[in-house]
Amino acid sequence: MELTKDEEAALKGESGETLQLAYRILVATGEATNAEKLVPIKWAHVSGVNYNTIGDAGEEFLSHLSNDAKVKVKTTVNPMGYDIDNVSNYNLDEEFIKKQESIRKSYERMGITPSFSCIPYEIFDLPEKDTQVSFAETNAAIYVNSISNLKTNKESAFSALASALTGKSPYSDLRKDLVPPNLTIRMKLDNPNELDLGMLGFFAGKIADSSVRISGLNKMDRRSCKSLCGGMGTSGRCGKFILENNDENSEKVDFDKEEKQKVYDELNTTDSSDLITLGSPQLGLEELSDLTSMLKGKSFKKRCMIFCPRAIQNQALKLGYTNELKRAGCEILSDCCTCLTPLIDKKNIDGVTTNSIKGAYYLKNSNGVDVNLKPLSKIVAEETK
Amino acid sequence: MTLKIIVKGKAKGKIMKSNTPINFLGAVDKKTGIIRDNNHDMFQKSLKDVILVFPHGIGSSVGAYTIYSLKSNDSAPAAMICAKADLSVVSGCAMANIPLVLASQDDYDSLIDGKEVTLDTEADKIL
Repeated sequence: MELTKDEEAALKGESGETLQLAYRILVATGEATNAEKLVPIKWAHVSGVNYNTIGDAGEEFLSHLSNDAKVKVKTTVNPMGYDIDNVSNYNLDEEFIKKQESIRKSYERMGITPSFSCIPYEIFDLPEKDTQVSFAETNAAIYVNSISNLKTNKESAFSALASALTGKSPYSDLRKDLVPPNLTIRMKLDNPNELDLGMLGFFAGKIADSSVRISGLNKMDRRSCKSLCGGMGTSGRCGKFILENNDENSEKVDFDKEEKQKVYDELNTTDSSDLITLGSPQLGLEELSDLTSMLKGKSFKKRCMIFCPRAIQNQALKLGYTNELKRAGCEILSDCCTCLTPLIDKKNIDGVTTNSIKGAYYLKNSNGVDVNLKPLSKIVAEETK
Repeated sequence: MTLKIIVKGKAKGKIMKSNTPINFLGAVDKKTGIIRDNNHDMFQKSLKDVILVFPHGIGSSVGAYTIYSLKSNDSAPAAMICAKADLSVVSGCAMANIPLVLASQDDYDSLIDGKEVTLDTEADKIL
């Protein structure tokens, strides 16, 4: 990879330890993805905020880094472990809160926007088409590449942080659109719901390379689209999909009932649950509005946690959705999400019902709880009175 | 051998090879280095001190922190060899100074599970 004189000097440490580290990461990721240079980016979205995911090593690293590091471009951040407004309801230990607050403060010292959201594409104005950005959160990287016409690598927590600190990212293949996907997934399910789309994403992620074409799928609502991106980001290294029915010059694989059943059997581990979670990705305003309508005159028979960004919750409050959702028994949480929240623990939860494939994978593997998969329509039909 | 060196270094250890990709955040315990995903063929095995050979990383971008944590907790692999690049593995290894190379498919296929090897990126060799 060719570096400019300034970049070369920074890599040698002439601009300080922080930038040296950032350039070391950018050069490693650039070499690995055949980038010939670094390009400027306009927006970084950084992951690695939840103490449950980054642990003591991460907390200490960020605390040290934030002594002199400052972001150079607009930088938004992923969810953390809890919602400070209601964390006292969840019996979380003091040590967790202390470490989580340290992480939050470290990011804020670096000058980030405290968004604590995994759906930055839904709560911020998007830059113009083809703008280079650097998004770590996998569902967001796939979403902005595939739906919002922005350009990003499927960044990691460290590569997006390095981009935030330098304003640059490797000019890797995924940013260029040179090579059409060599694989087409043919969607064979009729009238798929958002859970089907999540499973399609999970299936596609497993077999696709860095990008994939999906045929037989022309229209998706936002919920389904987010579900697809979440599923794909969980199972693979694929950073982009193209919806297109012309599948010439590519290998073709069908996603049919049989393949859907295989994904379901891998991630659905129980038929019973003591908790429902909605979100992962976090819910947007449209989804909260839909849910409010669906829950008219009904209330949940068990606990239901709803995750949404703070900005969305504030809007929902003004529109009256929050009151209605609380009436139906929902616990509304901002700044955190289903995936790896310490608020869902196997010590007090046996099984969780969710429509999120991404949530299901991490609930099972990281939180160690069983998962019962259902689409939202079925959750509302079967779990309310 | 056709090796693409991503993170330089020298390491000695036993090859632990899987042909299943790894989601570090979901599948690996960051303190112990033990694989906890019961759908993974290395379930319950420890990554500590091995030369980890696997196709590529998958899933969460925070897997990079898992790799960094493994190193801090003294549970990390001695080195990693992949067939394809994933930015979580690449940046995690770069941060943790864990030697990482990408091997051509033929070379990748020739690596045998359980074999004692030395990876030396300066010499461009796996012996």
